[in-house]
Amino acid sequence: MTFNKNLKNIFLVVFTTLILSACSTAKKSGDMDGDVYTGKETVKYLASGVPDRVFFATNKSSLTTASRATLRKQAKFLRKNKKLNVTIEGHADERGTREYNLALGERRANAARDYLMTYGISGKRISTISYGKEKPVNPASSPLAWSQNRRSVTVKVN
Amino acid sequence: MKKITLIIAIYLLSFNSLKALIEVDITRGNLDPLPIAVSPLHVDIKSQEYEGLKIKELGSNISAVIEKNFKNTGLFNPLKKEAFVQKPDIAHLKPRFEDWRLIKAQALVTGKLLVKDGKLKIEFRLWDLTAAKEMTALAFTTTPSNWRRVAHIISDKIYERLTGEEGYFDTRIIYVAENGPKSQRVKKLAIMDQDGANTKYLTLGNELVLTPRFNPTNQMVTYLSYFRNMPRVYLLDIETGIQEVVGNFPGMTFAPRFSPDGKKIIMSFAEDGNSDIYTMDLETRVVERITNHSSIDTSPSFSPDGKYICFNSDRSGLQQIYVMRSDGSDVKRITFGKGIYGTPVWSPRGDLIAFTKVRKGRFYIGVMRADGSGERLLTENFYQEAPSWSPNGRVLVFYRETKAGAKGEGFSAKLWSIDITGYNERKLLTKTDASDPSWSSLLSK
Repeated sequence: MTFNKNLKNIFLVVFTTLILSACSTAKKSGDMDGDVYTGKETVKYLASGVPDRVFFATNKSSLTTASRATLRKQAKFLRKNKKLNVTIEGHADERGTREYNLALGERRANAARDYLMTYGISGKRISTISYGKEKPVNPASSPLAWSQNRRSVTVKVN
Repeated sequence: MKKITLIIAIYLLSFNSLKALIEVDITRGNLDPLPIAVSPLHVDIKSQEYEGLKIKELGSNISAVIEKNFKNTGLFNPLKKEAFVQKPDIAHLKPRFEDWRLIKAQALVTGKLLVKDGKLKIEFRLWDLTAAKEMTALAFTTTPSNWRRVAHIISDKIYERLTGEEGYFDTRIIYVAENGPKSQRVKKLAIMDQDGANTKYLTLGNELVLTPRFNPTNQMVTYLSYFRNMPRVYLLDIETGIQEVVGNFPGMTFAPRFSPDGKKIIMSFAEDGNSDIYTMDLETRVVERITNHSSIDTSPSFSPDGKYICFNSDRSGLQQIYVMRSDGSDVKRITFGKGIYGTPVWSPRGDLIAFTKVRKGRFYIGVMRADGSGERLLTENFYQEAPSWSPNGRVLVFYRETKAGAKGEGFSAKLWSIDITGYNERKLLTKTDASDPSWSSLLSK
């Protein structure tokens, strides 16, 4: 048991190292950092200076530093507009199986929702919906399009 | 949908159990398909008119459906009719075996039909030309508008006699019909015969629908609908058109499939962003939680004996396939190859699990044994997934998407099928773009 646990930890360490090394070798080129989209194309705004969406790495639902900054702006905006409710739509790119992508979109939408809640926005004001790979914002089959499609989008509902 | 009634009166004409000399081995890719002559069925001159049917052409239309079925298996090579050496009615009585052998046929199908008093009477015989013997013979009575189904049932009987395996021609495929530009697709549930005939649309396209799956015991379907923008698993009776939501879950339910006895639905439920696997008994409405893990658990599929469930999970960090007991205990990872694995589906024979594999940006459909050993990749492409088994476990149907250009141009989604031998890959003709196919069990069993 202990041996297994140790072994697991070793694998985790190896795995994390691999990911880190992969990240450090990935180039910051154009509008992508690794495979996370960092550009402004496709982005809409809830209000001036408040982007409506954040982007994710392939198969991931963790928030990047830039995503957290965007969500803090959204939280501030929602605190000012107390009567406003939102839906967070979670999306995936077209390079995964449909059902897994539905689950992944759900996880991405909830990652954004959870972060907004830690900044004081009531969960009652934020619903989530996953569209998986069903609603690409960019229909191209290219790494750039896929990075734009891996997103969660905050949409006003009232 | 109109209820299909088929009265089958089967009586043996002159069945003999002598061992046949010809047989078709379907356990490996067949590179030498069996030459078979399908004679047009003789139409009895006493036949009466029947609304909407060209009675005179019915005999050759039925034989054309049978021929197409055979050709699509890749196991048979239907011979050209110009070379046929006997008239249908004469051949049906008793073929001149030596003459048929001259055109290199090894098996011959003959038959005749009569349409009278609103009924279609039809009989066929299968002849072993090498042994100069009748192999099987059957007769049916049905309503004339059912002629395509009769052609499929005859195809099944012949396939069974020549291969020793159950056929899969009298079946249907339910799928998602797709229209419109890639970023604004309109999706409808559609159903067709396995050969592409009789396409019908079951929803109007007002809401997004995904992943329809047949109940293996009847003509019920479960699928995901975004009705009122609430993605939930639904149940649809395709005979009555009645739909109902499955269970009362406070969040998205998806990835539904029936249990092998058709009494339960197994699916994922996403609670606070995390997807786990649940079952619901359709009779008692009792919901059971099967997995409880902080990773994504989805795409569950029962083994045909109902004792095990395969599913995919990213609990190892990446999407892989796992098998557990049907109560959720004894979870074992079965895929360890390079790449990620998803959409496991247990074969109706129980011996294999079909899956989608993604490696180095390419998508594969493959099969492996239920313990993960013996992985065989059958087909590679830019994007393909969601295999579904033919009821005899010999053929997989799946969907494939093409790479799109900068504005989404060049994108298409189509259904394809492939033998589990890896041979005989073919595109299914659908009226629109298509995805998420599910193959029904045999309609007449």
